[in-house]
Amino acid sequence: MEKNVALKDTTLFFGFAAVILLLPILLEPIGANYPDLLQKIAIFGIFAIGFNILFGLTGYLSFGHAAFIGIGSYMTLWSFKLLTMNVVPAIMFSVILAGVFAYIIGFVSLRRSGIYFSILTLAFAQMCYSLAYSVLTPITNGETGLQTRAIRKSSETSLLDGDIRIIDQAFGVQELGVPTTNFFGMAMSGYTGFYFCAVLLIVCFFIAQRITRSNFGIMLKAIKSNQNRLNYTGIHTRPYLITAFVISGMYAGLAGSLMAATDPIAGAERMQWTASGEVVLMTILGGVGTLVGPVLGAGIIKYAEQKVSSWNEGILESFFSFLPETLQHFMANLGVLFVGEGWHTTLGLLFMIIVIFLPGGIMEGIRRIGAKFSRKKPEADTNAAAPQPAE
Amino acid sequence: MDAIFLQFLNGLDKGGAYALIALGLTLVFGTLGVVNFAHGALFMMGAFCAVTLQRLLNISYERVSETETDFLGKPLKEQVPYLQDIVGTDTAAWIGDYSVPLSIFLAIIVMGIVGVIMERGLIKHFYKRPHADQILVTFGLAIVVGELIRHYYGANPIPQSAPNSVSGSANVGEWFGLGPNVIYPWWRLVYFAFSATVIFGVFAFLQFTTFGMVVRAGMQDREMVGLLGINIERKFTIVFALAAIVAGVAGAMYTPILPPDYNMGMDFLVLSFVVVVVGGMGSLGGAVLAGFLLGILQSFASMQAVQNLIPGISQIIVYLIAVIVLLTLPRGLLGRKGVMED
Amino acid sequence: MSEHKDLTRRRVIKSGAAAAAAAGATPYFFTRAFADGHGYMNAPKGDTVTFGFNVPQTGAYADEGADELRAYEMAVEHINAGGGGMLDTFSSKELKGGINGKKVKFVTGDTQTKSDAARASAKRMIENDGAIMITGGSSSGVAIAVQGLCQEAGVIFMSGLTHSNDTTGKDKRANGFRHFFNTEMTGAALGPVLQNNYGNDRKVYHLTADYTWGYSQEGSMIKYTKPYNWETVATVKTPVGAGDFSQFITPILSSGADTLVLNHYGKDMVNSLTQAVQFGLAGKQVNGKDFTIVVPLYSRLMAQGAGDNVKGIFGSTNWHWSLQDEGSKAFVKAFGEKYGFPPSQAAHTTYCQAILYADAAQRAGTFKPSEVGKALEDFEFDGLGNGKVLYRGSDHQCFKDVLVVKGKENPTSKFDVLEVVEVTPRAKVEYPVELLGGELGPYNNG
Repeated sequence: MEKNVALKDTTLFFGFAAVILLLPILLEPIGANYPDLLQKIAIFGIFAIGFNILFGLTGYLSFGHAAFIGIGSYMTLWSFKLLTMNVVPAIMFSVILAGVFAYIIGFVSLRRSGIYFSILTLAFAQMCYSLAYSVLTPITNGETGLQTRAIRKSSETSLLDGDIRIIDQAFGVQELGVPTTNFFGMAMSGYTGFYFCAVLLIVCFFIAQRITRSNFGIMLKAIKSNQNRLNYTGIHTRPYLITAFVISGMYAGLAGSLMAATDPIAGAERMQWTASGEVVLMTILGGVGTLVGPVLGAGIIKYAEQKVSSWNEGILESFFSFLPETLQHFMANLGVLFVGEGWHTTLGLLFMIIVIFLPGGIMEGIRRIGAKFSRKKPEADTNAAAPQPAE
Repeated sequence: MDAIFLQFLNGLDKGGAYALIALGLTLVFGTLGVVNFAHGALFMMGAFCAVTLQRLLNISYERVSETETDFLGKPLKEQVPYLQDIVGTDTAAWIGDYSVPLSIFLAIIVMGIVGVIMERGLIKHFYKRPHADQILVTFGLAIVVGELIRHYYGANPIPQSAPNSVSGSANVGEWFGLGPNVIYPWWRLVYFAFSATVIFGVFAFLQFTTFGMVVRAGMQDREMVGLLGINIERKFTIVFALAAIVAGVAGAMYTPILPPDYNMGMDFLVLSFVVVVVGGMGSLGGAVLAGFLLGILQSFASMQAVQNLIPGISQIIVYLIAVIVLLTLPRGLLGRKGVMED
Repeated sequence: MSEHKDLTRRRVIKSGAAAAAAAGATPYFFTRAFADGHGYMNAPKGDTVTFGFNVPQTGAYADEGADELRAYEMAVEHINAGGGGMLDTFSSKELKGGINGKKVKFVTGDTQTKSDAARASAKRMIENDGAIMITGGSSSGVAIAVQGLCQEAGVIFMSGLTHSNDTTGKDKRANGFRHFFNTEMTGAALGPVLQNNYGNDRKVYHLTADYTWGYSQEGSMIKYTKPYNWETVATVKTPVGAGDFSQFITPILSSGADTLVLNHYGKDMVNSLTQAVQFGLAGKQVNGKDFTIVVPLYSRLMAQGAGDNVKGIFGSTNWHWSLQDEGSKAFVKAFGEKYGFPPSQAAHTTYCQAILYADAAQRAGTFKPSEVGKALEDFEFDGLGNGKVLYRGSDHQCFKDVLVVKGKENPTSKFDVLEVVEVTPRAKVEYPVELLGGELGPYNNG
């Protein structure tokens, strides 16, 4: 059995890695093979995997994870502005800072459970958002967002409007205008940016897989199924929960950092509670508690946001052009409810349908279909079980 | 002094709205055990009942004007409401003037129906599901409802006016012997009185009717009530509809204060949840208390003197209070033991 | 599962190395598949050229976005037909059907009025749909974010409704152009009119939306009313999307102020104005003067939301459909006949931007950003509804007359909310480019 599981894991890992790296080719038929969308899929995949470590394993539903995205992004931008355009220190600092914040917020929030925990995390995230948008404008540049600038000419220019980049300057890097972010000379935009994010996504997937299989992961799942029993047996669960919270916060910090690395701007709206809601949607849509599900969910939501939202009336009319004219208008009008400006409706409906009929998300759907075809009893994998989040 | 008094009034007014929303939310939670993230959407739908009534009253036919022209220079097509022809110009004007208070009746009917359909069609199936699932499915519903409203009513706020007789400001200062600058809009006073009435109504209903007794018993111990052979399911439907109606009328009456738009529900959702949690999940009294408390604190936090002391406090006060309360009083202000704890 | 493997270092290293090898093996040949040999980003192939219309389709500004989109669609029709609407009255007569022999087609995207979403959607249009130019937006944060992106990507950005000074000030970019006016011009135009109507020596209370545009608007209002001895009693920041502003309004009653400036836009403006009027501020007498409310930036679509409350309240706007010049009349007629209601200022500015870009590309004879940009720089034109307008080369900002408007007392229809009180001539709102700082930098052709 052990060998079997290990083999399955290895297969899953390599399969996942192959699919991610081949995304630019695989997504071509649906018109999603352009760098920005690919980057977003990889980045939000990391975010969702990390979120799943907390929500999927322990059942603690955080509505404040977007705060760590924001913290990661701001830290990355400041590293670009003060130190170097190289992404390595930026990512390191961001993940560490996000971890520190996650420890503080987690330490406080995890004193409560259930919906009280959700509201506490939500409250912290909303505080971060409100402050970043207004009072902390000297650090965050408020609504306009923090951006990289050219090297400032005099120390009178505020750091928001002119950078110093100590390390780059020490190495005598010549800059023309605003330089691009790089990984030891490799520009972080376009497909290189995607592959950079993709490799990190694969690494993150690997770590999450290891965590799930580890004793630590088992402990987290035990917390989900019955925390009281654990407490009675004398096990102190809080350190485990805090560790899980910090790990998932660091994942979010990494995702935020990558967002800023591939597209050097950081704005407060990334921290709004609706952004936290988005990652919940991703995880649920793909399949809570599964490893691949959250990434799948992230991909679908980002695709909807980018492509479905662009199917305007003109495109619909031409899509239905084979129909008689009156019917064509009718279909186009109906379609506008769901695509183009109405893409939120589709998202909401899809989401309801998933929660009502497929609580295990798309992964459960795939498994059900798979089971039907193979006529075999589905494997009793613990990952695959329908989610039973704690209350 | 005047300023503090006025902020206190503001707080009561805001608190009234918060309390009304939170009341329904906690009622549903306490009896049905369902966390309803679509409750803000119910508030918004109530507000749009007011908009709809105003539109219904203005259903018109076109009459080509002989004197005036429209923006393209063509003869103006005047819109003549049917209502005017049916009841006469004066009565039509009176009805139009009172459309917001009148919309309460529409809101009661519509929200009652919406409540029943929602409970029978969706919520019922989620009694046994984890709270997280309940949150998620109602959150999805809230998105869909909001988007449908946007599709049909547009994204911009739609103004609703209070009746002329209560559109000005009351000289509150005179009543209490304060300065001449202490004036307060009549409609806000009406809203406060209205919210107080509804809150008392709900409490009286639960306190003094047999139905209310069963519901309160159900809040204490649902299983036991079921074992006693009481058809708790039917009662659940009515409780949910009641909560929807309370949210709906609160929304309809709020429109002259805040022109409604499709996102109104989401704006109030987070806040009303904070109110409920601070008050204690499942505690009706707690919800009302927390509603007024947060309303008043929010008002005071916005004062310039306080802002100068702690910049940005007005933006985060509600969340800060939530954190402090939850960490010191684990079950909120008046929460009961064992509710919503794993 | 009977056994579980702990996370061991060896395993991490082994599998990690495998992943890295797999990543390294993947070919990089499609790195810049979207760029081609024509010397600039998204050079049009075939007989069409693609514009990217990036407007808010969801969120608080969705109605403005919808109006912008209508105007864009009409602009594309007119460009492809070589005439119609305001294109007929436009002083430059270069466009004769299509641009440089190519027909215009367009793609749309939803900015959600969020910088991240707007950038993502602009990137899709550039990377996936081959857009040669991005235009649209209805908030300054978004405009600045997308402008920066277009500079990096190497396409032209023609901003839509953005009123902050920074768009063509501190954050200006060579590839970005703005037709809309800014808070500086609003202040310069409003100041004298306010003095004419309300006299000198007033005590002013500012309620300011707590973000960059709010600060910038507040600053301009203070600067341009100072000469008339208007004294600032207090400037209070209000959270964006506060909804209920009562707690910010009641302190005004006892502050001794006789003028309230609402540096709010959109929903905030509708709510704060509605509530200020409800509190009886408009009818009050303070210091022997009538209490006055000013809304520096008006939007007709939003003013409709405030209903009767806007009556008699001064503000500024970029354009209004009731203007009687030939260009405005032609535009309102074309738009009104197509859609059944008059266009908003958002529709106007975006229509102008599309036409101006098309004309510049035609005159330049290419779509190369640097060439199109040079054709726009210091271009002076007329017939687009704002009188004689100059696209200043040094900051890519249009300079034109500014409309001071007032909420109409007796509206004849629901569109007839504002009346034009004064047209402040261009010369009075011009400012030196150094005033707002920032640097254009070089053009980027991708």
